[in-house]
Amino acid sequence: MRLYSRDDTRPWTGTYAPYDLVKELCIAVGAIALLAVLLTVLFSSPDLKSSTIKQWSRELPVDFVTTATAELDGTSGTAEYGPPYNHSTGSVQHAAFIHLQEWLGVSHPIDTSEDYVLGPLSSVPDDPELHAAVAAYRAAPAAQRAKWTAAYATALEKASANANGTVTVPPGEYGPVPKMMGALLAVAQSGGLDGDLLTSSHFYQTDYTKPLLFMADGGLLEKRAEAQHLLGEQWGMMNETGSFPGQVWLWLYTFWYQIEPFKASANADLLVMLVMAVLSLAFVCIPLLPGIREIPRRVPLYRLIWREHYRAEREAGAAGGPPHGDSG
Amino acid sequence: MSVAPAPRASRPSGEGHSRSWTVRTRERAVQALPPEKLLPDGQPTYVASWIYVFGVASLASLIVTVASGMILALKGPAWWHDTGVGHFFNSIHLWAVELFFFAMVVHLWGKYWMAAWRGGRTRVWVTGAIVFLVAVPTALTGYVSQQNFDAQWISTQAKDAMNSVGIGAFFNLTNFGQMYSYHILLLPLAVVALVVAHVLLVRRHGVVPPFEVEHAERASAHAARASAETPASAAAASPAPDPALPFPDGGAGS
Repeated sequence: MRLYSRDDTRPWTGTYAPYDLVKELCIAVGAIALLAVLLTVLFSSPDLKSSTIKQWSRELPVDFVTTATAELDGTSGTAEYGPPYNHSTGSVQHAAFIHLQEWLGVSHPIDTSEDYVLGPLSSVPDDPELHAAVAAYRAAPAAQRAKWTAAYATALEKASANANGTVTVPPGEYGPVPKMMGALLAVAQSGGLDGDLLTSSHFYQTDYTKPLLFMADGGLLEKRAEAQHLLGEQWGMMNETGSFPGQVWLWLYTFWYQIEPFKASANADLLVMLVMAVLSLAFVCIPLLPGIREIPRRVPLYRLIWREHYRAEREAGAAGGPPHGDSG
Repeated sequence: MSVAPAPRASRPSGEGHSRSWTVRTRERAVQALPPEKLLPDGQPTYVASWIYVFGVASLASLIVTVASGMILALKGPAWWHDTGVGHFFNSIHLWAVELFFFAMVVHLWGKYWMAAWRGGRTRVWVTGAIVFLVAVPTALTGYVSQQNFDAQWISTQAKDAMNSVGIGAFFNLTNFGQMYSYHILLLPLAVVALVVAHVLLVRRHGVVPPFEVEHAERASAHAARASAETPASAAAASPAPDPALPFPDGGAGS
């Protein structure tokens, strides 16, 4: 079997028409710039204000405390994620022998209990009761801590938000957890947690990994995304907020998430990425792929594209002269 | 007393086997792409279809995208949220990107149906296809650098795909500083470099000619007649191309 089929394309020896390449490019740039300005004037661009932890804790205080409790006891999405954030396995994906996520390891370490709850609470000044609660929690055996947080998480299902922004849960054996969560909620509602999660050992900050993952564990981003038709089952991130065209070029990536076996697979992201990698390679290698590269020759769309050329050839042939522009 | 300068040893630029890297680079460049090919003032007459507009439209959209992006970069990433002028240029940037992808996709489809890799133009197709593939993460890094809700949602959702293949270890969508660097320097540099290579290859090989339908049909009919009359002499008169070669014509495209 031959890898390559015969390519009888020969150099063009036919006629040329005058052509001003630089002028054409200048006109094209001007036309595209004008079109972009016209679209800007007509439609502008979307800019939905970003969410903050302060906004989240004020709008959905029960959801905030529930999420913070899950971060504390290590049952949140981020706490159970795995690489590159920690050594858990909740979101680790693999396909056959391919374990890329594990192979690349933990590059952005996040200890949700320390980073999201205990650390920020320890930095709250002038609150001996809070510091005592944190110390009691740290000193308690792991089993006791788990018992407190599990009971508190169950109670949060029946919690209610008060007019002053606090959260009330049914009475129970929660140890120091309610005190800690009440203080964390207050810090968050004051805006302190937004800055606290960004600040590490540097003054300047550009890495929003910790606050973004914390917020993604909660319900505010998802609530806003659903209203903006941005959820996965709504074709996700290829959409844009409002009615603007988003990253429509991602339609094929997004498409796979809508169908089985990808839709229900725990390894959906990896499978989709692998499929897209294969398709992308095939796309680049089309000139080398038997069958795919022959389709244009067999589907006469080229007759439409070059209809002027073929018409000129027919007319030249009818007149008895040599074919117009025959390069052979 | 004046001292005349010693005559400088000169070497004609066309002289072969120079040891100067500069001369050799220049000679190779001019040989590969002489000025009349680089900036031609004539085009084959078959280049007469609206589909050709989308190639130059892609290039023009990229220029407008880069220019508007440079204006945004001058004022910093937060400017466009706070001022009308900033929002105006951000909108131009957005629509130029949309036009870029639209023009590029139509251009790619057009080139597919022309089988534009023929005649030794495989590298032209390959560079064009890679431009599209690199443009996708370039746009994605722009979306996650917006510093608004869209950026928050896209970065927290798309991170899972990156993490699943290990890319997240060094390409962290939730790290604004890293994404901004990728978006305004590293990836645009790659796109522009690839586009330059693509355009130079187009100029070197020329626009792919049409399928030689009539010629092929005539040749086929002629071969059939000749074969029916004197098979041996016909075969000797028209030797078959070497099937082992990808492009038996030598790949000369222009």
